[in-house]
Amino acid sequence: MPQKISTFVLSIFKLLIKNKHKIGKFMSNVFTSSIGKKLIMSITGAFLVLFLLFHMSMNIVAIISPQGYDAICAFLGSNWYALIGTLALAGGFFLHIVFALTLTLYNRKARGNNGYATSVTPKTVEWASQNMFVLGLIVILGLLLHFLQFWYKMQFAEIIGHHQSMLGETMVSTTSGSAFIAYYFSNIIFVVSYLVWLTALWFHISHGFWSALQTIGFNN
Amino acid sequence: MKFKIKIWRQKNAKAKGEFVIYDIDNISSDTSFLEMLDILNDKLISEGKEPVAFDHDCREGICGMCSLFINGEAHGPDTQVTTCQLHMRKFKDGETITVEPWRSAGFPVIKDLVVNRGAFDKILQAGGFISVNTGGAQDANTIAISKEDGDESMDAAACVGCGACVATCKNGSAMLFVAARVSSLAKLPQGKVEGSQRAKAMVAKMDELGFGACTNTGACQAECPKSISISHIARLNREFLTAKLRD
Amino acid sequence: MSEKLISKIPEGALAEKWTNHKAAIKVVSPANKRKLEIIVVGTGLGGASAAATLGELGYNVKIFCISDSPRRAHSIAAQGGINAAKNYQNDNDSVWRLFYDTIKGGDYRAREANVYRLAEVSNGIIDQCVAQGVPFARDYGGQLDNRSFGGAQVSRTFYARGQTGQQLLLGAYASLNRQIAKGSVKSFPRHEMLDLVLVNGKARGIIARNLVTGEIERHGAHAVVLATGGYGNVYFLSTNAMNSNGSAAIQCYRKGAFFGNPCFAQIHPTCIPKHGDQQSKLTLMSESLRNDGRIWVPKKLEDVKRLKEGSLKASQIPESQRDYYLERRYPAFGNLVPRDVASRAAKERCDAGYGVNNTGLAVFLDFSSAIQRLGKKIIEQRYGNLFQMYEKITDVNPYEEPMMIYPAIHYTMGGIWVDYNLMTTVKGLYAIGEANFSDHGGNRLGASALMQGLADGYFILPYTIGDYLSAEIQTPKIDTKTPEFDEAEKAVREKINKLMTIKGKRTVDSIHKELGNIMWEYVGMARNAEGLKTAVAAIQKLRNEFWSDVYVPGTTDEFNQELEKALKLADNFEIARLMALDAQNRFESCGGHLREEMQTEEGEAKRDDEKFMYVSAWEYKDENTPPELHKEPLKYEFVKVATRNYKD
Repeated sequence: MPQKISTFVLSIFKLLIKNKHKIGKFMSNVFTSSIGKKLIMSITGAFLVLFLLFHMSMNIVAIISPQGYDAICAFLGSNWYALIGTLALAGGFFLHIVFALTLTLYNRKARGNNGYATSVTPKTVEWASQNMFVLGLIVILGLLLHFLQFWYKMQFAEIIGHHQSMLGETMVSTTSGSAFIAYYFSNIIFVVSYLVWLTALWFHISHGFWSALQTIGFNN
Repeated sequence: MKFKIKIWRQKNAKAKGEFVIYDIDNISSDTSFLEMLDILNDKLISEGKEPVAFDHDCREGICGMCSLFINGEAHGPDTQVTTCQLHMRKFKDGETITVEPWRSAGFPVIKDLVVNRGAFDKILQAGGFISVNTGGAQDANTIAISKEDGDESMDAAACVGCGACVATCKNGSAMLFVAARVSSLAKLPQGKVEGSQRAKAMVAKMDELGFGACTNTGACQAECPKSISISHIARLNREFLTAKLRD
Repeated sequence: MSEKLISKIPEGALAEKWTNHKAAIKVVSPANKRKLEIIVVGTGLGGASAAATLGELGYNVKIFCISDSPRRAHSIAAQGGINAAKNYQNDNDSVWRLFYDTIKGGDYRAREANVYRLAEVSNGIIDQCVAQGVPFARDYGGQLDNRSFGGAQVSRTFYARGQTGQQLLLGAYASLNRQIAKGSVKSFPRHEMLDLVLVNGKARGIIARNLVTGEIERHGAHAVVLATGGYGNVYFLSTNAMNSNGSAAIQCYRKGAFFGNPCFAQIHPTCIPKHGDQQSKLTLMSESLRNDGRIWVPKKLEDVKRLKEGSLKASQIPESQRDYYLERRYPAFGNLVPRDVASRAAKERCDAGYGVNNTGLAVFLDFSSAIQRLGKKIIEQRYGNLFQMYEKITDVNPYEEPMMIYPAIHYTMGGIWVDYNLMTTVKGLYAIGEANFSDHGGNRLGASALMQGLADGYFILPYTIGDYLSAEIQTPKIDTKTPEFDEAEKAVREKINKLMTIKGKRTVDSIHKELGNIMWEYVGMARNAEGLKTAVAAIQKLRNEFWSDVYVPGTTDEFNQELEKALKLADNFEIARLMALDAQNRFESCGGHLREEMQTEEGEAKRDDEKFMYVSAWEYKDENTPPELHKEPLKYEFVKVATRNYKD
């Protein structure tokens, strides 16, 4: 199985290398345009949604069986593919943020210096669609918290060769994800923070997903 | 009816503007919004003051000349109308009505409520046409076009170029305007030939002229007096991206 | 014929005149076209199509429009459609039939040769527009659809929902944009022509005002094309756009272009009635509505009274108590009689006291039987946007209650006199579209204005102007630093300064409204000797008042809409005078011009072919001297002149 996956990944890389000129040209002339920038937002965003789906299915296991969840954590902790995946994810995330910033600044400029004294948002306009940037900021804050609490002490710890992390007063195995969940979510502040975070994420994605389809021209 | 009209006054492009409030009385509910402004202007002139400059022409909702951001909405509170088709019966007696020009970097103010929408012409000049010379056309019925395609093309072609989409968009984006033209022509066999070139050229011009990027909020379609759907923006995106891929 | 009016109609059989003429006239080589400049004023269907085509041919074209974009021109508001003799419906239509209908519809006051040419090139227009991507309505087989219009018994009208003018204009505008991008056409939006400049008797340029900065500019060219539309706005309330005006035509008239048939103004029968004094314009409801709508008033005055009181709704009046007066009087054409006939019939009923709204100036246009026959959905498909527009304006739902309509000033058949080449009496000055007088005689049929604008612009002027310009290839680029331009600019500046310094008490609009009232009252739907005499005096009096008591605020070197309006109104007095004088002279009822003295016992219009089968072409003298009348006799060699009959 791992053999097959690596062959597949390799073949994709080969394909990309073979067409590097074409891709380079496409990148350079598409991504300088407003629609191209939006395309990057769509692709990276869609990529993040895929990751979230994966992450979510993993978390659902934690509800059904804490042992099963720990087994997954053990498998993914320092797995080679998982690490590549994490890097790619980080790259995609970074691009998503950079382009979000670029586009927001670009659009601010296009709006002009004079704002309206009064403005009404039409009823059909989704609230999320007008607040993607703010929602995105909340998502990033939540993510930082999540990184500090889970990722830093689990996957990152393993990458740098540790097998145990401090969790409050005690040392626990980096692979016992269920212990981390139990520990943090016993604190109401964290529960609320996570709920805020997930709500923001939900709104961000609810518009983002549809918006990505619209941007790649899928809506008709 | 009786109103307080809070209007943006700006002497010229360079001057700093400000709001001025005027009282107006004895307005019939059947009067259109622009007729109300006519009456206000008549009053101002009689008092030796400068009338309010605003764009208008056909006064039947088709030329796209009138603009105005009224009480926070492009073309005012009614739906599917341009300002000239808005009537005073849509307002409450005694209400204060705020009137502003289109505001966007792409539409600089010329005077008071008049803005320069020349950028729209420039975008269309970049590619909003089918390259056919007069006299060279074949018989009109040689090309059969399905009713569905024809109707969809017409839906997009209904754009009057008023600029409400740009004015409403929080990003000052002209995507609905550009999409309407690109999509209308893309739905017709005659327009397909230059489809790729058209999409690329018009988007490039739109970007160059400083209009923002679309973030798919849909505010434009809600305020468009002709209810042009943002599904046309999706088609523009598709045309544009496939054109770029083919390069 | 006056020796100053040489119509240049080619000899030969009617169907061969245009072909022969094209073969006979001269052309300009591509190398020489590059050296020649043409100014086109106005960017409606005529101006845009002409400028685009001239640009394609290789001329250097400059276009001027008063709006912020060429696309705003009022052609955009034409709703119903455009005629062409395609015979796609197989209903025995032909170039001849379109020609004949147009001549007859024009009450035999148009030139046979011009009208035949119009019908001949009509088919090419449809082809051209489809190639440009105009989304005309189609049937389920993908073929072009047609509908019927007034004055015709065939379905030859092509349409794009209720926005045909818009789509045709966007087509021409797109072609124009292509030329602008190429550099062959230079666009001057927000510019208003203020005078024509003649050098040695030839049109060599214009003086224009940049409406944003107020600068007065000089523009030179080897020829000038006037495509500035009609002068219906002299009535203040009309279906024209607020900025539409006959000013440029009047400037040319003052510089020697004769004005043809000024009294022929079309009154459109289906407009939304006037609601009050605060109104600024009248809204047209497309003639296409008469395909399915039936026009009626109550039979009993008692019902009329109850309608006005509001104690009775139109839909409650039983079928037997309705007077479908068009169907009654004109069984063969019914609700689709020509516009002048329908308008007069509505006026007749309202004058008799049967008007159905509180002003007594409205009749019903009813869709209930069409909705019963075809279903609401089909009616919505056909006229949805018009119904919506009606409801937005009047707050009445026309699917439930009949529309109320009344005639209003819509189009002017009269205009600058032109010869067969569309050249005016000033050499090098051309007039096309509504701005000229040529093709519609005393009354224009529906869906023919778009046809004429595009025929002139795409297919006629680009050829005929070559004939004149072929003699101009040696003329260098027109220098605008000459005494002729100096003088024209000086006159314009003086006029503007004079307006600014009056500083009287009256607003421009208040005077314009008063002029409109005079015109509607005495030079409107029905005219008589006494009324016209009153009108001439009243116009002169008001003109004097304007020049002594108008107040134009602001300054000249800025965006100043009041100044723009004042300049236009100043010229409107000249138009008003011309219309009244021409109406006085034409002692017959013909097309849109009804002299009350000339009616049959049944109340039908009575022409006088013996005395008035001519085009009246007026030559300007000066403000205080009446213009001189020249006559171009109309010869009907190919059709038999008859009394118009829409009864059987």
